Amino acid sequence: MNTAWLLAWRNLWRHSRRTWLTVGAMVFCNVLLVFLISLQLGSYQMMIDNSLALFSGHLQVQQRDYRDSQRIRDSVPAVAALAARLRGELPAAAVAARGQAFALASSEERSFGVLLTGVQPAFEPGVSTLPGLVAEGRYLQPADSDAIVIGAVLARNLRVGLGDELTFLGSGRDGSFAAAIATVVGILDSGIDDIDRSVAQVPLPWFQEVFAMGDQGHAVVLRLANIDAVPAAVAQVRSLLPAAGDLVVLDWDALQPGLRQAIQSDMTSAWFMYAVLIVLVAFSVLNTQLMSVLERTQEFGVMLALGLGPGRLARLVGIETVLLSALGLALGLLFGALLVAWLGVVGFTYPGMDELAARFNMAERIYPQVSFVALLWGPLTVFLFCLLAALYPALRLYRLQPVAAMRAAR
Amino acid sequence: MSGALGISARLAWRNLWRNYRRTLIMLTAIAVGVWAMIFMSALMRGMTDQLVRNGLHSLPGEVQVHHPDYRADPSVANSMPAPSGSLLAALQAPPVTAWAARVRVPAVIASERESRGVTLLGVDPAAEQALGSLPAAIDSGRFLADAADAGVVLGVSLARKLDTGLGKRVVIMSQDPDNDVADRGVRVVGLYHGRMEGLEERYAYIGRDALQALLGIGAQVSEVAATADDYRITGQWQPGIAAAAGSELEVKAWTELDPYLSTMLRVQDGFTLVFMVVIFAVLSFGLVNTLAMAVFERVREIGLMQALGMQPRMILYQILQESLYLLLLGLALGNLAAWLSIKPLERGIDVSVVAEGMEMMGMGTVLYPALSAQDMLLSTAVVVILGLLASLLPAWRAAHLDPVRAINRQ
Repeated sequence: MNTAWLLAWRNLWRHSRRTWLTVGAMVFCNVLLVFLISLQLGSYQMMIDNSLALFSGHLQVQQRDYRDSQRIRDSVPAVAALAARLRGELPAAAVAARGQAFALASSEERSFGVLLTGVQPAFEPGVSTLPGLVAEGRYLQPADSDAIVIGAVLARNLRVGLGDELTFLGSGRDGSFAAAIATVVGILDSGIDDIDRSVAQVPLPWFQEVFAMGDQGHAVVLRLANIDAVPAAVAQVRSLLPAAGDLVVLDWDALQPGLRQAIQSDMTSAWFMYAVLIVLVAFSVLNTQLMSVLERTQEFGVMLALGLGPGRLARLVGIETVLLSALGLALGLLFGALLVAWLGVVGFTYPGMDELAARFNMAERIYPQVSFVALLWGPLTVFLFCLLAALYPALRLYRLQPVAAMRAAR
Repeated sequence: MSGALGISARLAWRNLWRNYRRTLIMLTAIAVGVWAMIFMSALMRGMTDQLVRNGLHSLPGEVQVHHPDYRADPSVANSMPAPSGSLLAALQAPPVTAWAARVRVPAVIASERESRGVTLLGVDPAAEQALGSLPAAIDSGRFLADAADAGVVLGVSLARKLDTGLGKRVVIMSQDPDNDVADRGVRVVGLYHGRMEGLEERYAYIGRDALQALLGIGAQVSEVAATADDYRITGQWQPGIAAAAGSELEVKAWTELDPYLSTMLRVQDGFTLVFMVVIFAVLSFGLVNTLAMAVFERVREIGLMQALGMQPRMILYQILQESLYLLLLGLALGNLAAWLSIKPLERGIDVSVVAEGMEMMGMGTVLYPALSAQDMLLSTAVVVILGLLASLLPAWRAAHLDPVRAINRQ
């Protein structure tokens, strides 16, 4: 047993340069995989967290048709009471009620169609990061009534500043004419034009009054401690809803289907690259092991003639491959982990990253996610494929004839 | 000399096949690597192409002319006269293949029950047709007949959210130059499918003359868009248009209008090169290994050749030639495989399962890989140049063997 391992180890170093080159290929590939996979998982995590934190939350309670049609009459009855009840039942979650309606917003000089969101100023900062992005003035306060916070681009387009008044024209839930005036108390600047063009938030009670909503709203938004808690929370919220009503619970995947799919399609192209890298490393190992078997034909012939079974020889080659691959695995893991740990501190960025980041709600630096999966998945797959690659050279040994082998020319 | 070179070439070629298994494995590895390089860049190029095209459809025309204040304040007050004089002449001369002048204003569309904010485009259908900026498909009804058509064409999903349909009347409201709200009832004459759902909800079309009459702006337009049918050459003709338009107007290329798109284009080109170099790096371990083994097996032979008066330079040259043949064969096979695998896919790969994710990235549901000569040449250059550089080490070692020691080896 021990002789076989010792023999295999020594065989590896008969051609130390070749062994190091093969190990080098594995280490290179492993470090690359560890780096790319942790970065990838890290950026997905960031993309999900940031996108959900911005506005949509982890889950929402809505009327069944609201997500697709967004009609004002597809509303949630007694929305603030429902939010309060959920807040009591799910102590770990932040809960806020919202209402939404379109209106024509006019300043003295300009008019634009906007999506007005009625929010609960006391609870909204718990479910969304938008309130924290107010650059001028202040966010809404619970005592506010005809106050509005708008995005910076919208403010610029409407040519309004703090203290200016905006007139809203729209239609109420019952089809009646809705008109109101609100004063700009805060201007929000996220740096992302699409958001700064669309944000217009007013206090929920005022919103309900203007749009003849009564006590109705359009969504109860929940933000949880982390994304893993979503399935349990969905089940719990569902059980708390009135059985006969037409309310539904939507998780983040239903609210932002693009997110998971963007991740999926990105993953597909990433797997393609990983597969190619792994196959190429496997070829490298195949080449090395085949060479090392072929050049030892005479030696193996002698061993066969001395009575060693081809199985023992194949095992010897197998052990050599295991040692070779294990060396690649260990060094790859070591350097990969060091690289990832270092990037975990300083972060990673590339040219053009900031504009992509803005599009996908990411920070301008990615911090890789350090986890066992991210660390081990790549190197272990490489290890496995390298072992598979040595099958062919090992199996060739069974076809070896002792006499012919001993006479084989070098 | 040419005789010596000929012999050297023949020797290199024959040496390559002395250990045909090793050569075949390495050849396969190079071919797989080259195939992956080209295949992956074709996919990525297809994706970016589509991204840019879709982006240009939501922003039609690679060059746009506006009133200098229009982009910051897209109001009807910042409109410009219809092109005339030198600008008209420049737009009608090559390389411009098509151009259109349109009115583009923010507006609110209200049905009996709902209202939505949209961007209302007053277009001349014939000119937009030539520009390729019309909606992808008409779902029902018809598109506008001419510039005087007073009907509106809405996106299918916008019509659903407005709770309206074909033949129904809607009210459009927008601001006229005197800051009054101009409104008018119009009939929905057609519903269209956009390339992306987001665009379908954002844009509503109406005849240009009809919109000009509603807003009372005479023959003024908001923007002039021009195309030359190749978004990569915009930089060459944009200055000519700018000169013709004079200092009163702002002339921007799409790269400035949508920095995200041009960043994506740059990132993609950079990433293609990084991907190729990474694949090659993994290959190079195998390549160096193969050559080092080939040299190792032939130490005595090389020593003998040196002893017979062959110059080290020639030996170096011969080993490099051997490497070059291997690389060129692998390149030929890899390019062939890439061509064979991409051609059938050029009609498009259906990725509609992740449609919303693709939309988030600005892409449609069908992916068209784009095989480009540029990528094939780039991969060839990367493989040949880096391959020969990697081969220098074993070749240099072979050329500097000590003849006496080499011959006496074993």
